[in-house]
Amino acid sequence: MQNTTAPAVSRAEAVKKYKKTSQFGETMKRMARNKAAVLGLIILVALILMSLCADFLYDYDTYVVKQNIADRLQWPSAQHPLGTDEFGRDLLARIVHGSRTSLLLSFAAVALSLAVGGFLGAIAGYYGKWLDNLLMRIMDVILAIPMTLFAMVIVAALGASTLNLVIALSVSQIPTFARVVRGAVLTVKDSEYIEAARAIGQRDLSIISAHVLPNCMAPIIVQTTLRIAATITSTASLSFLGLGVTAPTPEWGALLSTGRTFIRDSSYLTFFPGLFIMITILSLNLLGDGLRDALDPRLR
Amino acid sequence: MIKYVVKRLLALIPVIIGVTMLVFFILKSAPGDPVRLILGEQATPEQVAELTEQMGLDQPLLVQYVKYMIGLVQGDLGIAYSTRRPVADEVFSRFPYTLKLSLVATVVSIALAIPLGIIAAVKQNTVIDNVSMFVALIGISMPMFWLALLLMLLFSLKLGWFPVSGAASWQSYILPAFALGFMNMASTARTTRSSMLETIRQDYIRTARSKGVSNSVVIRKHAFKNALIPTITVCGLQIGSLLGGSVLCETVFAWPGIGRLMVQAISARDVPMVLGCTVIFTICFSIVNLLVDLLYGFVDPRIKSMYS
Repeated sequence: MQNTTAPAVSRAEAVKKYKKTSQFGETMKRMARNKAAVLGLIILVALILMSLCADFLYDYDTYVVKQNIADRLQWPSAQHPLGTDEFGRDLLARIVHGSRTSLLLSFAAVALSLAVGGFLGAIAGYYGKWLDNLLMRIMDVILAIPMTLFAMVIVAALGASTLNLVIALSVSQIPTFARVVRGAVLTVKDSEYIEAARAIGQRDLSIISAHVLPNCMAPIIVQTTLRIAATITSTASLSFLGLGVTAPTPEWGALLSTGRTFIRDSSYLTFFPGLFIMITILSLNLLGDGLRDALDPRLR
Repeated sequence: MIKYVVKRLLALIPVIIGVTMLVFFILKSAPGDPVRLILGEQATPEQVAELTEQMGLDQPLLVQYVKYMIGLVQGDLGIAYSTRRPVADEVFSRFPYTLKLSLVATVVSIALAIPLGIIAAVKQNTVIDNVSMFVALIGISMPMFWLALLLMLLFSLKLGWFPVSGAASWQSYILPAFALGFMNMASTARTTRSSMLETIRQDYIRTARSKGVSNSVVIRKHAFKNALIPTITVCGLQIGSLLGGSVLCETVFAWPGIGRLMVQAISARDVPMVLGCTVIFTICFSIVNLLVDLLYGFVDPRIKSMYS
């Protein structure tokens, strides 16, 4: 009996052993071994949940916008865990709702520049020649201006508002993404499977979207994560300078800017919004580093 | 070598033309009439027309741009809307402050980062390594202006050790330079560490050790020199964020540099001033990038041989 069942078991084991796991699964496994990256992911998910549930935690009109002068500038207490601002509004409520603005703006700006920059980079890398030359020289010009300054120039031209902030932040990052995607496309575009796809008569656009881009996702994903972190800082920076989100909408940089006015006696107004910005960026950096280690085969 | 420098300087010209053109057209597309802004709403149409003509704003944009460029070559950056004085005077009187602050910040960041990175690499996986890399990670994640505010709160307002704002004495440099340098310090330290770790495992390090060279000489002379290239690259990449950061740092500490000037100009919708500040920042940025590239040649003879 034992002799007949033994080969069956070992065969099942052998199949299990050699069964190919997906690249996604492999990457996730490597990520899970990296404690710092997991911590980053957990913090980030918590922050996203916080911004999604903001309305259930604090009603926007009663807690975030409505002024209550009697309670102004109170230090943290049981009733107001992070204190109140100069109009008596609960700081925690404003930070929780501010996470919405900060995260949404940054995600939107990065998504927009990833789409535009990625498209430009992909066609530049794929077609090469004069198109590549032209597009990359234009990108070089934009890259010659320090990124924050370029965003400031765009806001200066368009005027300070939330939408203009998103436009400014995404336009100033287009070259970064164009370069990353172009570089990635160049590494795969001469592979045999691309040639095969071309040989069977696929159109260029579908080759780029179906074969080229999926095979160079790793650097794009890593760069996107790290760019979101940088964009959260830029969003906060521009709002801090009064060039971004305007009152009474809560945004972390704008909250810090208000806190600065009262820094002498109400330093908590400066401390807590900054702490949230730092934790968010820290989590994205941890995740980005972890993703890079997990995705980059050269570092394995 | 000289041929290479000249070639690189010539390559700057199209970039500067491109940048000025881009920024010029973006800023000129701003809504609102600058003449109305200067004269106020009560001005008569004749006054408006006269000033428009005087400022050359009735000409096509391209003509205005060419005129601006001719002025730029001669060191003329136009007239500021807000003060009605030459932009160049204001920008160049403020520029030394930004330059000095950026230099001190760079020195602070490198002086802290390189020892930190080397020690972390040499003592890999010890408490020292973990603590310094944790500090570096915090440094990367901290918004610069928040750090600046916290430093100001603790050292100026609570302890009274340093002035709160301005650039009156050498003490006023300490807090802004540290705030500005800390972020760059963090990424430079991380790069130095990983580059050192890679170098320490090379065969020539083992050779040096086995022939009896003392540990400190191995680290200083054999490993560090070879690990320097990535560190320089990161320092070069940081310059853009340093210039962007100087805008925030100068705003927090009321520093009289061009970063703060630019923020004030944006609030006042002073287009020539914003343009002037951006052009100066960009020229600096390009020149520093060129210097960083030349530095490679001094550190690595292999790269130097490629210049000729």
